[in-house]
Amino acid sequence: MTAEQITKTDKMTGARVFLECLKKEGVDKIFGYPGGAILHIYDELYKFKDIKHYLVRHEQAALHAAEGYARVTGKPGVVLVTSGPGATNAVTGIANAYYDSYPLVVFTGQVDTKLIGNDAFQEADIVGITRTCCKHNYLVKNLVELPKIIKEAFHIAKTGKPGPVVVSLPKDVLTSRMTFEYPERVNLPGYNPNYEGHPIQCRRALKLLCEAQRPVIISGGGVIHSEAWEQLQDLAEKLNIPVATTLMGIGTFPQDNELSLGMLGMHGNYWANLAVSNCDVLFAVGTRFNDRITGCLKRFCKDAKVIHVDIDPCSISKNVHVDIPIVGNAKNVLNVILNEYKTGEYKYDNKMREMWIKQTDLWKSNKPVFAVPNGILHPQTVINHIYEKTKNLKTIIATEVGQHQMWTAQLYKFTRPRQLITSGGLGTMGFGFPAAIGAQIADKDALVFNIAGDGSIQMNIQELMTCVDYKIPVKIAVINNGYLGMVRQWQEKLFDKHYSQTPITSPDYVKLADAYGVLGLRITQENQIDEALDKAINYNGPVIMDFIVEPFEMVYPWVLAGKPINEVILSNEADETGKGE
Amino acid sequence: MKHTISVLVKNEPGILSSVCDLFSTRGFNIESLTVAATIDTSFSRITIVTNGDDIVIEQICKQLNRLINTIKVVELPKSADKCIDRELILCKVTAKDDARNEILRIAEIFGAKIIDVSTETYTIEFSGDTRQVVTLLALLKPLGVKELVRSGMVAITRENQFINLDR
Ligand SMILES: Cc1ncc(C[n+]2csc(CCOP(=O)(O)OP(=O)(O)O)c2C)c(N)n1
Ligand SMILES: [Mg+2]
Repeated sequence: MTAEQITKTDKMTGARVFLECLKKEGVDKIFGYPGGAILHIYDELYKFKDIKHYLVRHEQAALHAAEGYARVTGKPGVVLVTSGPGATNAVTGIANAYYDSYPLVVFTGQVDTKLIGNDAFQEADIVGITRTCCKHNYLVKNLVELPKIIKEAFHIAKTGKPGPVVVSLPKDVLTSRMTFEYPERVNLPGYNPNYEGHPIQCRRALKLLCEAQRPVIISGGGVIHSEAWEQLQDLAEKLNIPVATTLMGIGTFPQDNELSLGMLGMHGNYWANLAVSNCDVLFAVGTRFNDRITGCLKRFCKDAKVIHVDIDPCSISKNVHVDIPIVGNAKNVLNVILNEYKTGEYKYDNKMREMWIKQTDLWKSNKPVFAVPNGILHPQTVINHIYEKTKNLKTIIATEVGQHQMWTAQLYKFTRPRQLITSGGLGTMGFGFPAAIGAQIADKDALVFNIAGDGSIQMNIQELMTCVDYKIPVKIAVINNGYLGMVRQWQEKLFDKHYSQTPITSPDYVKLADAYGVLGLRITQENQIDEALDKAINYNGPVIMDFIVEPFEMVYPWVLAGKPINEVILSNEADETGKGE
Repeated sequence: MKHTISVLVKNEPGILSSVCDLFSTRGFNIESLTVAATIDTSFSRITIVTNGDDIVIEQICKQLNRLINTIKVVELPKSADKCIDRELILCKVTAKDDARNEILRIAEIFGAKIIDVSTETYTIEFSGDTRQVVTLLALLKPLGVKELVRSGMVAITRENQFINLDR
């Protein structure tokens, strides 16, 4: 039977093929927004019961929600938007997922293939636009390629170093017909991520860790991607090594563990930065040594031997010189090292370790100093109360970007991976709320908080309506300081208190909540916090809490950009307290 | 330091842009770049001449490798007994009076061809390694080069070394 002889009914439209492909990939939820170029898909979706579509209020939010979903489930988030403005609105979300390495598959509409390049109505070259901010992208030119491309897109998004993949779907591809067939596997000769760390390198690493006198482990986001947190904890405890995490690695090592140093970096714990600066062997897993954690590169760990485990060869020796590079999946590499340790051939001097840990404990007494209580609610107090109220519940915290984000990272004692959802690489204000929505969709039973700044929340506040529509009970805590606080902090210290364009006003959030039909609460005093939190947690629906806080609080510890990470400012009064050491 | 990198890629639209974007967004230099299909036309071979220290070249190779549609990335050996490089040039030179003979003599020494002639110009075709090309151009320049087109360098390893798809 030739292709022509197959009756039209045997064949599916591209739009239907698209949905069948998603089903084959196990997709049951997508986030999106319709438009002319993808109307045919929305028409099929109308009849298609296996996929639930969440309609957002702005395409950027669809992307962030999908990323929130991916962060909680570990599975790719799927997005469907139209051509032109739908696609360009998606770009920030694509970039955000790219810089934090979370898997997304993003489908954007496109004008007819024969119109591409003609500046047609709602045409945007999304393949060109996203080339440097996604892991890979495709323009589907012919329907027959579609199943293969979707298969590859999912494979690429979730394997190796995960990331977003963009697929541009011209309208005529969606209207033409083919007999549906889904490929069994992918054929990508140019894509073979290396999962197995080199065994000799693993042995060398273990030997070096045993010989070390002052070792430190840095655990990054890669430990989450490879689900290696148990192995990491096992290794740290077996070898008695303190662990610092990056912002993206928060939750990979329980902060109530004695070996925990907490977060390191620009606003990391003073003791974590000192420990890393003074270590003789650094074992870094799944981090790309971003400038926010290294500070001045020349002085970062300059006398230490560095072991670096990463799935992406490009991350290794890009910023920091590495003595023992191990390219591989963190979980596999740590398993190899742990097995090797079991042979009993490797010994370390535990007395030395105890001395080193005692030293890090000593540094831990240098707590950052917050402003003196002045009757005004302090943002840190709010975070502490949220922590106390939610620590025994299954809580997920999504933040925006700014001071409130750093206080959350510092003060909330995260104990589980995937518990903190925050934009680290791109630092996207407006990410947290939609991400919280995606997280709640991914995990119905979780208590999902969005700790937000008054600036950030206004970037995607329209998604309150999405919460209402789908009964998504996200609890928003606005840390309302009347400023773009993090920028104001830099202006206070580095620009002579010229608060240029950083005071920012807000609507009345309680009235706004009312307009949207959600619960709104205002909190101005410490003694109101717990009651409000109880109300919010017990309320069966979305809540927006407006915490009116001290505007001029600063985030400490603080390492100024470009300074070595042991030159830490700990308080307003004592500039550079920790200098030297 | 000059380096030649040979990249085997899928012959698909967009891949050349990806390679160029990679150089521009990461601030790497391209001295020359050539691209054409291989004997299996579903693949192309790109030859890039770039410069940078060893760390930069290592990053370039890793970054190129990271692109999904690159199959193989090889930094070619520098020594002439391991690798052969060639460049094609087409050069239009002013050719009047005595210069006409002089140009012919130079062309003969280099084994270059005169492929077009007018009353005032000769067009020379030459292919050779970088040193030969540079020397020839140095000799032609004082005579008046009106137009010059260079192909950029292509290179291949000697003997039993192949940069192909492993099947
Ligand atoms: C989309 C976007 N625009 C600008 C910035 C720069 N920026 C970083 S933090 C910040 C202030 C955030 O203010 P707010 O949300 O109120 O948080 P706060 O620092 O006050 O807690 C700004 C403007 C950014 N990170 N993202
Ligand atoms: Mg603010």
